[in-house]
Amino acid sequence: MATLYEGFTLCGLLQTQNVSDSAIQGIELDGDSDHVVVTDTTRSVTLYKVSDQKPLGNWTVKQGQSLTCPAVYNNQTKEYVVVSDKRVIRVWRNEDLNLDKAFKATVSADVWRVHSALEGEPVVLFNRGAVRLLDALLSAPQQTIENVLSEEEIIRWSTNFVVEKQHFVLFTTEQKKMHFLYVQRLNPNTLHKYRLEREDSGAPPLSVSASLWDKRINLLYMYPNGCVYQSAVAVWGQAAALEDEEAPALPRTLLLRLPVGEGELGAASAVALDEAHVAVVGVPHPSAGTGKDFLCVWNTNFQTLQAGKEMAGRIYGQVWCYSGKLLVPHGKALSVIPYDCQKSSLASALGKLWKCGKEEPRSSVAVPSWNSLLYEEQPQGPARAVETRRSKLSRKSQSVLALTVDQVLELIKTGPVEEVQREVEALVSRGDAQDLQTSVGQLACQLVGRSQAESAFYTPGALAQLVHTQYLCHSVCPDLLLLALEHKDYFLCQLCLQLFPDIPEVVTCACLRAFISVLDGDVEMVSLEPDSVSFMEGLVAAGARGGQQNGFSPALYDEDSCDAHHQPRLHQDKTPAVQLEACPVGLHKAVLLNEVLQTPYSDSLLLPHLKDLNSQQVILFLQYLQFLYLKYSQDAYTQMPGLRSPTMTQIIDWVCLVLDAHFMVLVMAPDAKGLLKNLHFFVKSQVRLFSELGKIEDSFKELHRMKPSKDIGQYSIEVIELF
Amino acid sequence: MGEFKVHRVRFFEYMPTAIRAMSFNAHTERLALARVDGSVEVFNFADRYFQEKVIPGKDAHSIEALCWVGGRLFSAGLHGEITEYDLENLRPKYSLEAYGGPIWTIISNPQGTHVIGCEDGTVKLFEVLAEGVQFERNLDRQKGRIISLSWHPSGTRIAAGMMDMIRVFDVLTGHAIQRLLVDRSVGGCKSRETVVWTVVFLSDHTIFSSDSAGKVQVWDGHTGTLVKTHQLTKWDVLALSVSKDESSVVAGTSEGTVVQFQFIAPNLQQQEKEWVRTRTFKNHTHDVRALVEIGTAIVSGGMDTQLVVRPLLEKFEEKCFASGLRRIHFPHRNLVSCAQKARLLLLQFPGQLELWRLGESDGHGKPGDILPLKTKPEKLLYLKRKGKDHICCSALSSCGGWLAYSTVSSVRLYRLQTDNNISITKVPKLPKVLRSAHQLCFSSESSYLFAASSQSSVLFGCSCLGENDCEVHVYNLQKLELHCMVPMYSSCPSAMGIHPTTNNLTMVHADQQIFEFSIAEKQYTVWSRKLQMQGLHNLWLNRDTPVTHVTFNPKNPDQILLHDMYMFCIIDQSLPLPDQKTQFYNQMTLRSLSEQERPSHLHAFKVCKSFQDLMCMRLLDDQSLVVVERPLMAINSQLPAPVRQKKFAT
Repeated sequence: MATLYEGFTLCGLLQTQNVSDSAIQGIELDGDSDHVVVTDTTRSVTLYKVSDQKPLGNWTVKQGQSLTCPAVYNNQTKEYVVVSDKRVIRVWRNEDLNLDKAFKATVSADVWRVHSALEGEPVVLFNRGAVRLLDALLSAPQQTIENVLSEEEIIRWSTNFVVEKQHFVLFTTEQKKMHFLYVQRLNPNTLHKYRLEREDSGAPPLSVSASLWDKRINLLYMYPNGCVYQSAVAVWGQAAALEDEEAPALPRTLLLRLPVGEGELGAASAVALDEAHVAVVGVPHPSAGTGKDFLCVWNTNFQTLQAGKEMAGRIYGQVWCYSGKLLVPHGKALSVIPYDCQKSSLASALGKLWKCGKEEPRSSVAVPSWNSLLYEEQPQGPARAVETRRSKLSRKSQSVLALTVDQVLELIKTGPVEEVQREVEALVSRGDAQDLQTSVGQLACQLVGRSQAESAFYTPGALAQLVHTQYLCHSVCPDLLLLALEHKDYFLCQLCLQLFPDIPEVVTCACLRAFISVLDGDVEMVSLEPDSVSFMEGLVAAGARGGQQNGFSPALYDEDSCDAHHQPRLHQDKTPAVQLEACPVGLHKAVLLNEVLQTPYSDSLLLPHLKDLNSQQVILFLQYLQFLYLKYSQDAYTQMPGLRSPTMTQIIDWVCLVLDAHFMVLVMAPDAKGLLKNLHFFVKSQVRLFSELGKIEDSFKELHRMKPSKDIGQYSIEVIELF
Repeated sequence: MGEFKVHRVRFFEYMPTAIRAMSFNAHTERLALARVDGSVEVFNFADRYFQEKVIPGKDAHSIEALCWVGGRLFSAGLHGEITEYDLENLRPKYSLEAYGGPIWTIISNPQGTHVIGCEDGTVKLFEVLAEGVQFERNLDRQKGRIISLSWHPSGTRIAAGMMDMIRVFDVLTGHAIQRLLVDRSVGGCKSRETVVWTVVFLSDHTIFSSDSAGKVQVWDGHTGTLVKTHQLTKWDVLALSVSKDESSVVAGTSEGTVVQFQFIAPNLQQQEKEWVRTRTFKNHTHDVRALVEIGTAIVSGGMDTQLVVRPLLEKFEEKCFASGLRRIHFPHRNLVSCAQKARLLLLQFPGQLELWRLGESDGHGKPGDILPLKTKPEKLLYLKRKGKDHICCSALSSCGGWLAYSTVSSVRLYRLQTDNNISITKVPKLPKVLRSAHQLCFSSESSYLFAASSQSSVLFGCSCLGENDCEVHVYNLQKLELHCMVPMYSSCPSAMGIHPTTNNLTMVHADQQIFEFSIAEKQYTVWSRKLQMQGLHNLWLNRDTPVTHVTFNPKNPDQILLHDMYMFCIIDQSLPLPDQKTQFYNQMTLRSLSEQERPSHLHAFKVCKSFQDLMCMRLLDDQSLVVVERPLMAINSQLPAPVRQKKFAT
């Protein structure tokens, strides 16, 4: 899960003439992670200490001059570098107070940017595509600069990296509505040119950012239609694109398709936080209206929104990310928002898979299109275009009859129950996966919101269908499960318990309490998921049949599992044990309890909520768990493969948890005495089983150790000791 | 005791050859055994199956059958000759061409008449005379080769196994009087002839036959009718043997099984006896080619090269040495010589000698470690023997400067240079009397070569010992005369050595007894008397392979080093002897004890079983040990594939 922490304002922004333009030209890191150099669009460069929210220094060029590129900090020489009026490179130190007195050099061509990487010297990128190392340039400032790009080709974005002591400068250009990516390597110099594929709308990318993971440059770019693409740039490719040759298309992966709300995105930007998380500004929050002033963190593996924050004021489509902090200019301020991207274990597992999959094409020449290699089932590029066209077509043909997501959302607010139900079902049943993913959450939230507001409004069918799409999880719509409980919609509860991976323990406990205390008569009429019902029927029937396979008798089993000196007592206990054959709860109630048993939880979080159960509930629940355990100890467990059913471990864990939570209560309650006694045997038999297994394991280990697979060759010199 | 560096050598690719024929002399309790390479071995079954004699083989001289006449041993083979062996000098005495093509079998009757079966279809009778054998006459010549023969105990009839049939001859007239037709294989190819591999003629004129179709058949010799067919296997039944009292017949098959038939009443009420298949033993992986029933045990051998003595447990009242299953894999003598000073190993094969230099390591390690090698072992020399006769013994001087080997026809001595450039020069003009040697030995300072020639002898140090029928003689080499005789002991010494400093002679016998004899005082030493008084530990006495080498630690006169196939042992004479209650194999226990507790648990026999299938163990001058292992697994893996057998789930 990613979290956005409470942010703070680093500095105010100057008002520019044009309201839509940001007042900040660039932010660069100053050596360590706590200092940033902020260059505004006019004349000044300011050094801030981020944690103190305090400016440490400010340098301004004279009136009439302007800074044309963000200042950078040269980490090797501890100097700042900036370009004014496109041709004058200025270099100064922290102790220099006046920028005019600092070192100046005028070069012979217009400079686009100066870039500095942490472990390398700064490089200068000229407007016409030439690249120089700063030192080399300053030693002969008037050297002639060649033109790499033609007159009409304009640089839009650039960055640099140092990968294994090799400088790389990446920049994108625009020429006749075509967009290109250049990868320039220095020493030895090579230049690669790739074509960025055109998006449907033909719009230029809104933002480009690049990040370096695992010695591999990942380019992230976002289009006004909300699509975020990722491309891996092979830095070690050999074939340089020739001038006259068609530049190869840069293969790309669709990382995210963000909801754009109305119209297209204007000023938005995406930056990768790590392999699995992307921070986006200027894109609407999927469950909060159409305002675009949000900073959101998306998980790209699961396509889920992990965190969102509304930013007051205008978003300029700028975001920087330095060492755990996002810097976002918005409204009249530059805010610093610390973030944290924890890898969930599943995500890290997936991330690993994702990474090792990417290693494969490394050896192939230039940039291979591994979209086709890796994601054949969801092809990008032309095939994808066809698909979207087709879906568009189908959407077009249906649009006469059905409503769009937005229309349905509108309808939910006011429409009658039947119509809402019908329209939602229609939408879900026709919708294509990509669209549904984002809309399902909105629909569910809207439905739940209305139901909570109007008690008469409840659409179980529509909600069930939404849950069935599996695009929903508890975090997206936290009130859904509780709403279902409130409406005694046990089928929906069961669905949610089955399909939601992230139900909080408190809700699980609420479900458990509700299920235990429900009257059997109420629940028997409810139709539940047939597989789980048939499992439970089978389990109950196994006992009712009486006979066991292979002449096995449960009484004998119990004797076996107890110590010899317990045997006489056991014979007395036989009668209650046999009585337990009958399931203490009704069939459907049992099915629901099974679902609770199978929900994921963590012990420490569940325990306090378990205390909410009263003693009658606890005893009933324990009786049911004991019933399950006894059934499982017999043959029933293996008889029904493939059906969703609680495992032995889950049952035992729950027994332990319930006992932990209510031990004192149970000890005091007279009617729990027999139960506790039985459970005592039950625990004992488990302990015995495990100790025996432990012994067997140890014996095997010992065997393994005794026979070391020592490969003795033809000759060896060994040391032995005789006593 | 301390730590030892052990050179663990596994590059000796010794490969025993398959056992082809066996003959048991019940009178002397000697088993003669012939291998495919033509060598003959004699085992003393009265003396713990000790391999008393080995007569080396010869190229192109394979043996098909062996037979004893009294104490004399004869063989015949596909080379067409009858050979008698000189069991004193361990060499063929003479060979006689039989003029009948290859000979498949040779048997003798108690009257001392030989009879052989030849490829050309003749059965030839030879008379055994004191000085040799003499051709007597032919029986009626038959069409087809004679594969197997059996005398009727009366000496008047001979049964002969041939292709597809068995003939019974009347010896007096020489005519064939019965013709018993043997079926061809049932499932297999009808066109393939059935070879009657063995026949056994019992005194009640019952004839047993075994054939290549997997059958053992019982015939009535009077009427020539088939009594019963036992289909044992799909493959060949190669060997048959009958017990002396004719109550039991055993058959060996190509599957490695031995099947016993017994002449018993099939059920309790019935009086009439018949031949019933009773037991099956599986002790071999490959063909059982030779089989002998010796009354208390079944002795079998075959392609898998091991000799197996499988006791018939109903013949034993109590547990004893003879009631255990024995497998004899390795010869009871040394095939490896070691130059202790020069760190060289001489490996003896029937056809060649290999000289290896041991590797080196300068590392140190704790017990159990394998040290990194500085230099790898190196094969310095590959010396092919001259002539057709196989090498019977070889020796290497401890300085590594001399090498000698002997065949039955010649002894050769070589000067070796192994320092920088390896060279070997034959020493010419050895004395003419030295035609052959059974044992070769260099003196410790490499100035003398001792060769035991006319008797089976072992030679050592400044004195020279000879053994003959378990006698041990001590000779004084300075005076070149008999010094004394060690008191007679019933069991053959399997290894002995003279201590370099105390001049005590240590002998280990085939029955595992250990004696120490003081040559100076001409009597057993005090330690030896104490040992005999107290008796050796039962676990020591019950080991089933003989000690094949005794040596001493020059740095510590109390230590005697000896080894058998499964262990090596360092006897420390300064420590107390173990009694029957002491834990004999106590190395593991000692390891777990603390320094202080250890001395009270120590005893004289320090046995190390870490190294198995030992062919040689020596102590080098730098106090490191050399063990030469030849893992049986490695031998088995080099055997030809056994016949395919149906196993469950295959």
